[in-house]
Amino acid sequence: MAELTYLEAISDGLRTEMRRDESVFCLGEDIGAFGGAFKVTAGFAEEFGPERVLDTPLAENAIVGAATGAAIEGMRPVCEMQFADFIACGFDQLVNVAAKLHYRQGQSVPLVVRLPSGGGFSGGPFHSQNPEAWFLQAPGLKVVAPATAADAKGLLASAIRDPNPVCFLEHKGLYRHVRDEVPEGEYTVPLGKARVAREGGELTVIAYGSAVPLALAAAEALEEDIEVLDLRSLCPLDTEAILASARKTGKVLIAHEATRACGVGAEVAALIGAEAFEDLDGPIRRLTAADVPIPFSPPLEQEVLPQLDDMKEACRELLAY
Amino acid sequence: MTLSDASAVMGAAVPLDPALLTRADRAELLRFMTMMRVAEERALSLYKQGKVPGSFYDGRGQEAISVGAAFALSPRDRLCILHRDLGAHFVRGVTPDRYLANYMGRADGVTGGKDGNLHFGDRARGCVGMVSMLPDMALVANGMALAMKMRGEPRVALTFFGEGSTANGQWHEAMNFAGIQRLPVVFVLENNRFAYSTPNELEFAADPVERAEGYGLPGVEVDGNDVEAVFAAVHAAVERARAGGGPTLVECQTMRMHGHGAHDDMGYVPPELLAEWEARDPIQSYAARLLEEFGFAAEEVERIDAEVRAYVGECAERALASPLPEPSAALEGVFADRWEPLGDGAAPWSGWAEPGDRPAAAPSVPPPPGPTIERRAA
Ligand SMILES: Cc1ncc(C[n+]2csc(CCOP(=O)(O)OP(=O)(O)O)c2C)c(N)n1
Ligand SMILES: [Mg+2]
Repeated sequence: MAELTYLEAISDGLRTEMRRDESVFCLGEDIGAFGGAFKVTAGFAEEFGPERVLDTPLAENAIVGAATGAAIEGMRPVCEMQFADFIACGFDQLVNVAAKLHYRQGQSVPLVVRLPSGGGFSGGPFHSQNPEAWFLQAPGLKVVAPATAADAKGLLASAIRDPNPVCFLEHKGLYRHVRDEVPEGEYTVPLGKARVAREGGELTVIAYGSAVPLALAAAEALEEDIEVLDLRSLCPLDTEAILASARKTGKVLIAHEATRACGVGAEVAALIGAEAFEDLDGPIRRLTAADVPIPFSPPLEQEVLPQLDDMKEACRELLAY
Repeated sequence: MTLSDASAVMGAAVPLDPALLTRADRAELLRFMTMMRVAEERALSLYKQGKVPGSFYDGRGQEAISVGAAFALSPRDRLCILHRDLGAHFVRGVTPDRYLANYMGRADGVTGGKDGNLHFGDRARGCVGMVSMLPDMALVANGMALAMKMRGEPRVALTFFGEGSTANGQWHEAMNFAGIQRLPVVFVLENNRFAYSTPNELEFAADPVERAEGYGLPGVEVDGNDVEAVFAAVHAAVERARAGGGPTLVECQTMRMHGHGAHDDMGYVPPELLAEWEARDPIQSYAARLLEEFGFAAEEVERIDAEVRAYVGECAERALASPLPEPSAALEGVFADRWEPLGDGAAPWSGWAEPGDRPAAAPSVPPPPGPTIERRAA
């Protein structure tokens, strides 16, 4: 075990998989000599050579399309979007080509799209989005969103080994602020298995990505009997773990940094409402970003994104219910 | 190239070494083009009988392009075949019964009813099925070529697209990326004068073949109604790519002789234009050439036609006998549980046969090896 930041853990996971399997390669903008906008692939070009750390032109459909073709031919491409927001420019290849190939003709497409996502640093409307819900409406894509360094490494390795296209949402706000013990060497965390990040009996906060540390901080600050369930994987979704925790505590807050309408929170709430209605002791609530583009100026951005005080308030309200 | 100067279309831009094609190859080229024509005619009549759900598209008049291009490929090369290119599926070994069953949404169609018309690719034949969005498959072909290049394999990826698709931004991304990486990829552009109802002059200000140079790759223009010209140009492009010389854009000048789909009466197409191209029909003109230049007897050419018609008729019966899929199949197959490689396609060109193993002079009418519906059921 070594203590790594979330960012270092992603690099470690990627490097480990590239050492383990020659067919794994990275492609994206400025990832080679420069090491990527966030330095996830710093030093990779030296170790693996420029072909396996392929600098591409500014062309997201070309990146995802090339990854799709290479994956069909037996490679294991890992695409880096410079920011998650830019997947909008490669969306067609992802949702129309890669996602549907297995359903339509039995063709597995083992690729990963790494998506540096999330706000909180004045990135503005084009460098702050959490686009996971876009992918969840495209059957055929798997979607993961780690909250810890260990999970970032283990889920990335599983995503690379998975025979399907996987969207890997890595939250930029966690890159250097989250640090935990990460197993050395090869390490995988299965896709589709949630994790109880904190045990509790009075209220469940169901969260993923940046909302997990926020929920944990709120639970600590409130000193209440709050359970925090870290989904880790949004597709496949661990419905069993969700229902088990909802049934146990009877009160559920679903928290995510992505916007609210038709988001993961809505899906999880519908699931609990349909399957665990009898066990609920209060309304299912959501804490999410407001349904607006993410604004630039700090007071505006803070108004839109869920803050610690918002989380505490939402927990308090439900606990009092 | 303007709308009306079809007669100005040049001959083979790449001279064909006559020794490249044997007599048997020429018979095969005619046979595959005829098979495409006859199978599409049969599919159209099934559509008119209400047996084809949804819409119907064909590549009438463009048979020389998909047949000539696919004929130049080796078994281990890979393809993304588009909606006017049925002949390429046949060359690679897909049989007409599976094509017709696919159109009718039957269980034995290539996609088992999951997707319709030409939106299929036979994995076992080294083909990735097209998506509707154009020209998305050009980027996928790039990716296959990238994998081949990274592994140092002497293989090639080939894809087709219409001239209309060259207006889409993804076409630019595909050409640019292929040019930068010098990918072993061949782009076969079918300029059939229209994208749906939109004529060339509203599609682009500079012809795509002229744009190729701007991407750092050669552009070659050929008469797309001359199957040997297409074969020669694609063969040269494939050889170049295989040797590490990078991508080529081959623009094939042709004419879409039917509407965009069966629902389209082509009211926007000047009748003179159709008449002009009708006189250049790729199958008629090749049959005539086989008689005049290559010493074929009239009976040989007629026999090819008759045998193909009989064979497609049998295939249609098999397709009609194929059941509709189980409704529950709709919920299966969203995710893969393992990756499996594509299979190799048939490569009927004698250039791929071992020396001494060249096909006999008589055209072989039985289907190329591969799963027919019958064999699948067996
Ligand atoms: C991106 C995209 N937009 C619109 C369409 C709808 N559409 C289907 S075929 C077609 C015309 C295509 O023209 P061209 O590329 O010249 O091919 P052709 O059909 O003439 O062979 C259009 C507009 C599409 N398939 N893809
Ligand atoms: Mg066209």
